[in-house]
Amino acid sequence: MGGHSNWPEWIYIGVVVALMVWVGAEAWEAERLVEHVPEDAETIIVTGQQWFWTFEHEDGTKEIGELHVEVGKAYKFEIVSTDVNHSFNIHDYVVLMDAIPGRVNTVWFAPTDAGTHDIQCREYCGLIHYNMRGTLIVEEPHS
Amino acid sequence: MVLELQKPRPIWQIMFSTHHTDVGLLYLITSLGFLFLGGALALAIRAELFLPGAQIIGDAMTFNRIFTVHGTTLIFLFIIPFASAVGNYYVPIMVRYKDMAYPKLNAIAFWMIPPGGALIWLGFADFTWYATPPYSIISAPGPAADMWIFGLKILGISSVLGAINFVVTILKCKHPDMSIGQVPLLAWSFLSSSLIILVAIPTFAAALLMLLTDRLGVSGFFNPAMGGDPIAYAHLFWFTFHPEVYVLVIPAIGMMYEIIPRFSRKPIYSYNSGVFAFVLLSIVGFSSWAHHMYATGMSFTEKTVFMVGTLAAVPASAMHVFNFVATMWNGRIKFLTPMMWSVGGIALFFSAGAGGVANAAMPLDFTTHDTYWVVGHFHLFVMGTIAFGSIGFFYYMFPYVTGRMYNETLGKVHFIMSFVGTVLVFFTQHVLGLYGMPRRIFDYPPIPEWIAMNQIATVGAMIIGVSMAIFLANMIYSSGKGKLANTEDPFGVGGKYYYPFEAKNPSH
Ligand code: HEM
Ligand SMILES: [Cu+2]
Ligand SMILES: [Cu+2]
Repeated sequence: MGGHSNWPEWIYIGVVVALMVWVGAEAWEAERLVEHVPEDAETIIVTGQQWFWTFEHEDGTKEIGELHVEVGKAYKFEIVSTDVNHSFNIHDYVVLMDAIPGRVNTVWFAPTDAGTHDIQCREYCGLIHYNMRGTLIVEEPHS
Repeated sequence: MVLELQKPRPIWQIMFSTHHTDVGLLYLITSLGFLFLGGALALAIRAELFLPGAQIIGDAMTFNRIFTVHGTTLIFLFIIPFASAVGNYYVPIMVRYKDMAYPKLNAIAFWMIPPGGALIWLGFADFTWYATPPYSIISAPGPAADMWIFGLKILGISSVLGAINFVVTILKCKHPDMSIGQVPLLAWSFLSSSLIILVAIPTFAAALLMLLTDRLGVSGFFNPAMGGDPIAYAHLFWFTFHPEVYVLVIPAIGMMYEIIPRFSRKPIYSYNSGVFAFVLLSIVGFSSWAHHMYATGMSFTEKTVFMVGTLAAVPASAMHVFNFVATMWNGRIKFLTPMMWSVGGIALFFSAGAGGVANAAMPLDFTTHDTYWVVGHFHLFVMGTIAFGSIGFFYYMFPYVTGRMYNETLGKVHFIMSFVGTVLVFFTQHVLGLYGMPRRIFDYPPIPEWIAMNQIATVGAMIIGVSMAIFLANMIYSSGKGKLANTEDPFGVGGKYYYPFEAKNPSH
């Protein structure tokens, strides 16, 4: 506890605080933009249950384990669960939202290129959690 | 300073003793035992993930049980009891009192750990270390799940009893000539972490009981089928366990505050800054719990609040790093084993914190949450910072406790291998997370990047495993046959570099 001056520590703390403010501000701005769901987004109901995903499109068609979407459209997922917690994840598009029984969580995305991507469950849900996987198939616009 | 060197006594005399160094020894041996048990489970997990497909663990259920017991063991049966061991040995001496404030309570707190540990190991539950409902209510097989709940209940009570004892010992039993501003930083770390425990744990204690009655079907707090809400559990759990991560890390930082100045042969750069950072962390640590829940469907406002709360706690952690570096600056550093572990631990602490900031930034967390990134993040704390600080401190205590020196070369080999191993495992896991591999999976699709990074991580883990075997051999051999230590100054660093006064206890 000598009488040395403490200004290097104050400068350091200032730098750390400034960095945190910057990270916080950037994150706030980015999240605000990503959370804004486009008006014309098509709704897809995603149901997680031990241990597979079901998708229901606006026109009532249902798919299991596979999800077909089109380039150029925006989609809003309404995510539900019938048993325990799951987490719906398309890692390539940074889509991640928990499926929690008793709640409807939403998240949206707009695929940019045709191709296939992995769908997986990212919240522990028991025995076959490791294989609760699916495929996203992005197709060129149909008409 | 001598930590209770006595003629060898029969084991039962130590077991029935309430003297703080005897209880400390019991804590020490128990926690190291669980370090090796929990570590063995980690090696099994890493071996299984070396390649896609079932390797050494036949089925997913066994795998899930293994990682659940691994995490529970190392947090509740290694890190916490190890800190209690150090606190028992040092806190009374540092505040110049003859024992802990309540010696019998102290022994009781210790003796709750073996039954708690036994329940967890005999049950071998599978619902992860946060026992999330509704899985833990409707799906997790009993009696393992119920045994885990009871085990944690007992360990939680033990923690609370220990915390009461530390708070009273430090605040009420310290020598009247000593002001609170003279209490060494290691003792301050126990004061802060104990106060956090007393505020944080009761919430989880309540949640555990609610979980149990939910399992019994007599209530439905967290069970949507009975009108309950699983998210309520997440809040109660993280309200306890985000502060609890500081309970884990603060004593390890305190241990580094003993080692760094001593082996740099310089006084601590700023005692006041150390105290301030401990106190600040204990308060601000309560403002960030829901950063674990960004993906549960929280509103934008809620997420923002908890992000700000999380970022607000970062400067307090960063102050410790500065204090350590500034203390070492221009010091005559003696790189003996305890110092190497502390310095390595500080480097990893810094990296871990940087990763934490990325998790805290809301949009980034949607990439990292529940992937291997998070596994890497918190292991840089629990392994890289806490285990490193603790193991370094164990080497440091060794001559004071046994009267003998450990083998210095083997100590350094242990450090170097563990450091390399830790970097290989946990830095790689951060990248693996960015590639999207979820945590808690028994098997994975053969994606080339995932395979490569899992293999690096497994090799790293095996290196740590070998180094821990060296550690064990060194300790067992040296405690009986090591060369006699000069217990006044076993490391030849002199003794007057760190406290504003000499810590001496007339009754030791
Ligand atoms: C600079 C300080 C820290 C920051 C900014 C930070 C931030 C975070 C964030 C945001 C998460 C959530 C990640 C996610 O699940 O998506 C997290 C997880 C975690 N952190 Fe930290 N953290 C910090 C310090 C610590 C410390 C000191 C410890 C332990 C001693 C710790 C242990 C953990 C654990 C155990 C988890 C994951 C729990 C789980 O999901 O199983 N963190 N951290
Ligand atoms: Cu799952
Ligand atoms: Cu946290």
